[in-house]
Amino acid sequence: MGVMLKINGESHEVDVDDDTPLLWVLRDVLGMTGTKFGCGAALCGACTVHLDGAPIRSCITTVDSIGDSAITTIEAIGASPAGRQVQQAWLDLEVVQCGYCQSGQIMSATALVADNKAPSDADIDNAMSGNICRCGTYARIREAVKHAAAAHAGEAK
Amino acid sequence: MLNIAARPREASGLSRRSFLTAGLAAGGGLLLSLTLPKFVGAALAADGPFAPDAFIRIGTDGAVTLVMPQVEMGQGTYTSLPMLIAEELEVDLAQVRLEHAPPDDKLYGNPLIGFQVTGGSTSIRAFYEPLREAGASARSMLVAAAAQMWGVDPASCQASKGLVSHAASGRQAGYGSLAEQAAAIPVPKKVALKPVDRFTLIGTPAKRLDAAGKVNGTATYGIDVKLPGMKIATVAACPVFGGKLKSVDDAEALAVKGVRQVVKIEDAVAVVADHMGAAKKGLAALKIEWDEGPNAKLSTDELVRQMEAAAAGPGVDDKKVGDVEAAEHAAAQTVKAVYQMPFLAHTTMEPLNCTVHVRPDACEVWVGSQVLSRAQATAAEVTGLPPEKVTVHNHLLGGGFGRRLEIDSVTQAVKIARQVDGPVKVVWTREEDVQHDIYRPYYYDQLSAGLDAQGKVTSFRHRVVGSSILARWAPPAFKDGLDSDAVEGAAGPYGFANLHVDYVRHMLPEGFATGWWRGVGITHNAFMVEGFIDEVAAAAKADPVAFRRDLLSNDARARGVLDLAAREAGWGTAMPARSGRGVSLLLGFGTYMAQVAEVTIAKDGTVKVPRIVCAVDCGIVVNPDTVKAQVQGGIVYGLSAALYGQITLKDGRVEQSNFDNYQALRIDEMPRVEVHIVPSREAPGGIGEPSTSGIAPAVVNAVFAATGQRLRQLPIDPDRLKGA
Repeated sequence: MGVMLKINGESHEVDVDDDTPLLWVLRDVLGMTGTKFGCGAALCGACTVHLDGAPIRSCITTVDSIGDSAITTIEAIGASPAGRQVQQAWLDLEVVQCGYCQSGQIMSATALVADNKAPSDADIDNAMSGNICRCGTYARIREAVKHAAAAHAGEAK
Repeated sequence: MLNIAARPREASGLSRRSFLTAGLAAGGGLLLSLTLPKFVGAALAADGPFAPDAFIRIGTDGAVTLVMPQVEMGQGTYTSLPMLIAEELEVDLAQVRLEHAPPDDKLYGNPLIGFQVTGGSTSIRAFYEPLREAGASARSMLVAAAAQMWGVDPASCQASKGLVSHAASGRQAGYGSLAEQAAAIPVPKKVALKPVDRFTLIGTPAKRLDAAGKVNGTATYGIDVKLPGMKIATVAACPVFGGKLKSVDDAEALAVKGVRQVVKIEDAVAVVADHMGAAKKGLAALKIEWDEGPNAKLSTDELVRQMEAAAAGPGVDDKKVGDVEAAEHAAAQTVKAVYQMPFLAHTTMEPLNCTVHVRPDACEVWVGSQVLSRAQATAAEVTGLPPEKVTVHNHLLGGGFGRRLEIDSVTQAVKIARQVDGPVKVVWTREEDVQHDIYRPYYYDQLSAGLDAQGKVTSFRHRVVGSSILARWAPPAFKDGLDSDAVEGAAGPYGFANLHVDYVRHMLPEGFATGWWRGVGITHNAFMVEGFIDEVAAAAKADPVAFRRDLLSNDARARGVLDLAAREAGWGTAMPARSGRGVSLLLGFGTYMAQVAEVTIAKDGTVKVPRIVCAVDCGIVVNPDTVKAQVQGGIVYGLSAALYGQITLKDGRVEQSNFDNYQALRIDEMPRVEVHIVPSREAPGGIGEPSTSGIAPAVVNAVFAATGQRLRQLPIDPDRLKGA
């Protein structure tokens, strides 16, 4: 008996134990490796995906807890207006270094930008402090979030 | 458009012509797409025919492929090295394709280190000349081919943006159409390189060539490798360093859905499964008995006691200048201190991993490594195969920081893969990564300085005490008991008239190893020297910046960055209560750097670092945006360590395990970092590591300015800073 998951608009049936974290289904079962493994304990944010638009840590989210909720990953985030603006701001501001944490950073940032037109520094701290970047791209992440939010707010007018 | 494709391994020692042929012959079906698969087919078809050296290939369609001798781990080398080639080759940076080099010390060895290694902030320093020469050489052959075709003087032809043109006749030809003819032109023995003032690319802020795949999830790191029939394994090595596997009851693990196999090796157990979730669940279900061996009681306290004892014994001289004893005897005042730095883990964001497929007659390895030829060598050794039967595919690295200068995880993965039918990806958990790192050494250094009645330094001593990385990692470089890395920068950038630097090697117990960590010797010594010089300045009742300036005598570049950082930081202006500024200065990796940190100390002792001003003179700058990014990022790495980083041992085990107890700086703690680059035409210096090295001393010196507390040990202990 498999588990049904709705990922990036498509349904997938996967044959894994109910308590398997979503992260491994995405990466190893479905081959969607854009979502990254960093800590396995919701401490670093590298595995962040969206569940009905809200950022969650897929490394501790078991597949039996998801139900009908829609999962969005980095592979599809560019299809949303906020996601596209975040990715563009990341490129415009030359945010990435090693890049490994950036899928998770972009997922957290997109959730913020999608419902906050002008995030303050405190908003950014709240939304982004669960995402570790060992390369230290934080200053550019902060600026890029502001750029993306402004672009997204402008687009929404 | 960028395409990063792994290239099948070429046998070393081939001529340039056969390099090309071998590449084509081996290419069929093996080319592995790493980012944008749709480009691979076309690029493969167009491979060559013009391959004047190991770094450049130009196809008849004009596609320019650059093979990267250094690996990309975030430092921007996949942008700056192409800039060096493109500057002389006269091609548009946006049109080049990049490939990871295969393991080959002969073709891709680092000229500064002697084999294929990315580390020590050497990429630009090592390849600044060779890659520009490669580009210029290829360009001159393309120009010669065009001139020959047109029957004109090559000097009357111009190369620009992938075209050769002849102004007098208005003719022009794309590089692709010249590729075959250019291949027949002899490689010039010597080529003239552009003077600095004719650079059009070097010195401009180029966009990163690896960014697109890193924002949409398509960039491929070692951990993302996908192969038909591949299994995923995770591993538990003996938690006590040097211990062995005694026995394991795997019945429950094998009953976990998706678990396929349990593999035992001498000092570890691996669970092989369909996915990492099953592998982890299986690993947790194992009942393992370890033979903990002689280190079962090992502790940090014991190791520090050993270092303290060793510090009182004899050392091996590094530098002896003047007469330190006489100067000390005559000194009006002597300042002495012991400075200590802890063991540190690297915690790259991408946990260690290595995918291996062992067949009877060959072995394939997929990994992200800073030392590709070593990865190949260890796979050959474990399998008993000759190195040419081991193919290593390199990848983007999800952080290196020195951790991927080691091959322990490759060796282990090949041992596991030998027992698995088909390819297996071995992935370490974060806990395994923290508890089985090869750690930055603990250092226990003694420093002393003599001052005359006017407060001038008359003598300086620095005894470095710590384990030797060099003796393990590059034994031939460990000469006469001296670890040249451990003492690198041990007297700072200063010119002391009477100086003694020596080294005492601390012998680590078998099975516990220390290794390179971002900033290498300079990170260690900049903390020791710059912290200590600050207290010498205080003893002399001198301003820390003015005191350093006096010690620099005629070093204009060092004074330049010191003065610039001080001026931009507003050095000397008043700060609020329990706030302060601290300075550090260093010369390392061919780069001069000064940092001024501002700190604020909360009542509970918590240190906040709101602002860093950094002045850097790294000679000729290739990509100024990368320089800024590396300074910003290096500061974060060093600040994480200064505030939080320490690995401690108890009962032979590491006490930390994940990002909750081995913390990394987060965005809400990020200082405002202001970077000021000094314009320079000096030879380029390294930029990946100086800022990591200079941040900790600037912060502890600022803590002193704010509180009067002199911190001689990292990480910073907030308990010492509590106050009203």
